[in-house]
Amino acid sequence: MPTYLLSVCYPPGGSLPSDEQMQRIMADVSAFQEELQREGAWVFSGGLHDPSTATTVRIKDGETLTTDGPFIESKEILGGLTIIEASDLDAALAWAEKAARATTTPIEVRPFQSSDNP
Amino acid sequence: MSPRGHTDLARIFREEWAQTVATLVGVFDDLDIAEDAAQEAFAAAARLWPDRGLPPNPGGWLTTTARRRAIDRLRREATRDDRHAQAALLHQQTASADEAMGDDRLRLIFTCCHPALSMEARVALTLRLLGGLTTSEIARAFLVSHAAMEQRIVRAKRKIRANGLPYRIPEDHELPGRLRSVLAVIYLVFNEGYLATSGDEVIRTELCDEAVRLARMLARLMPDEPEALGLLALLLLTEARRDARTSPAGEQILLPEQDRTAWNPTLIREGHGLVRSCLQRGRPGPYQLQAAISAVHCDAPSMDETDWEQIITLYDQWVAIAPTPVVRLNRAIAIAEVEGVPVGLELLDDLGAELAGHQPFHVARADLLRRVGRNGEAAAAYDRAAALTDNLTVRRFLDRRRRELPHETP
Repeated sequence: MPTYLLSVCYPPGGSLPSDEQMQRIMADVSAFQEELQREGAWVFSGGLHDPSTATTVRIKDGETLTTDGPFIESKEILGGLTIIEASDLDAALAWAEKAARATTTPIEVRPFQSSDNP
Repeated sequence: MSPRGHTDLARIFREEWAQTVATLVGVFDDLDIAEDAAQEAFAAAARLWPDRGLPPNPGGWLTTTARRRAIDRLRREATRDDRHAQAALLHQQTASADEAMGDDRLRLIFTCCHPALSMEARVALTLRLLGGLTTSEIARAFLVSHAAMEQRIVRAKRKIRANGLPYRIPEDHELPGRLRSVLAVIYLVFNEGYLATSGDEVIRTELCDEAVRLARMLARLMPDEPEALGLLALLLLTEARRDARTSPAGEQILLPEQDRTAWNPTLIREGHGLVRSCLQRGRPGPYQLQAAISAVHCDAPSMDETDWEQIITLYDQWVAIAPTPVVRLNRAIAIAEVEGVPVGLELLDDLGAELAGHQPFHVARADLLRRVGRNGEAAAAYDRAAALTDNLTVRRFLDRRRRELPHETP
């Protein structure tokens, strides 16, 4: 079965939801996760801390270089991710629609590579 | 083969291309395999048929030949997973009824017009896989290089494959949105040919013909969808007036000055019939209403005899469904004909901010200003309209209109 990554994206500096809104979002997101598990589509999911908490490790001239901060400074922030199995893109997009409703953010859908689909 | 024979061949190729590709995608579940094999089969036909004559069932011959070529190729290529060939062999035993063939074409339309693809990619794939236009032809039609168009098509196919974009007819609950995308692609292809602001005349005619062909196919395959019938009606009624809208000198002629005897009565009759039958379903949509408005225009022996009341009623319905500024603009133009130019101008003024960059808005406003003798303002509006188009034909027309304005008396 094809596997897809659903990424939660939000623009940085956007207004944070109020506590009340946040609680509602958390409840909707966990209901969404439960539905995924019930339907056998769930593989993994998790929310991420802010990009400012990131550390980047790279190898330069054979030396390990560790730096504070994200590798790519991008406009959109990856807030969390869910990995699902779905029969095809339409099924994955239907899940993404539910995710977008629950998180109130845009959801990016990307297919994983596989031996079937290199 | 006689020149007539070549025309026959071209016609059969046009008619059979979509079905051949669609059937093969159904068998092999792969756009590239299907397209390559179809191309080989069509090349073989072009070699063999002129000498041997047409086979009894040209479409069947093309599909069978393409399928064999594809299986041969899959067997030759060790790297390819054998399952494609196995699937094909299994599939071969199931007879392909007419309905199954129609379904294959619908699947291909919905795949090519999937909303996960960019609009540009949808148009390119549709013209390539359903229309059988070559990549060069599509590139010329959209004024991009061959390499850029090829890249666009390759990228779209890669996205389809990587994502497991399904080859299927959408379910009922998805259908409205998905059908809208298909209709929009066909409409865009037609308009690109009809309104193209520059480029090759032959290729633009080809785009209009292709859009009509696709709309016909869709209307036949989805006879219960009134918007599909509405789109076909709209294209036919627009196409009917094509010859009348350009002067021999290549200048644009607007509706009021068109020679109505140059309109194509056969297309108008067919369009009228479709408008009646789709509106009867009681599920009006933008394409049906636009077609109905065209039908009223086509019905009038002269501009003065146009049933404007009827047109306003149709615009009212359209505004109720889709209150976009462009629809409101067209409604205002119709109202000017019934309630007088000043009323129309007032309605237009309300839209000025939203439509500041919309060329037809300035053309309409210039025309109404001219009719009430506000010539200085009309001249400015013609200038604004001319600045917003690259189309020489249109610009020539606007310049002439502007020159013909009487000089403002202070």
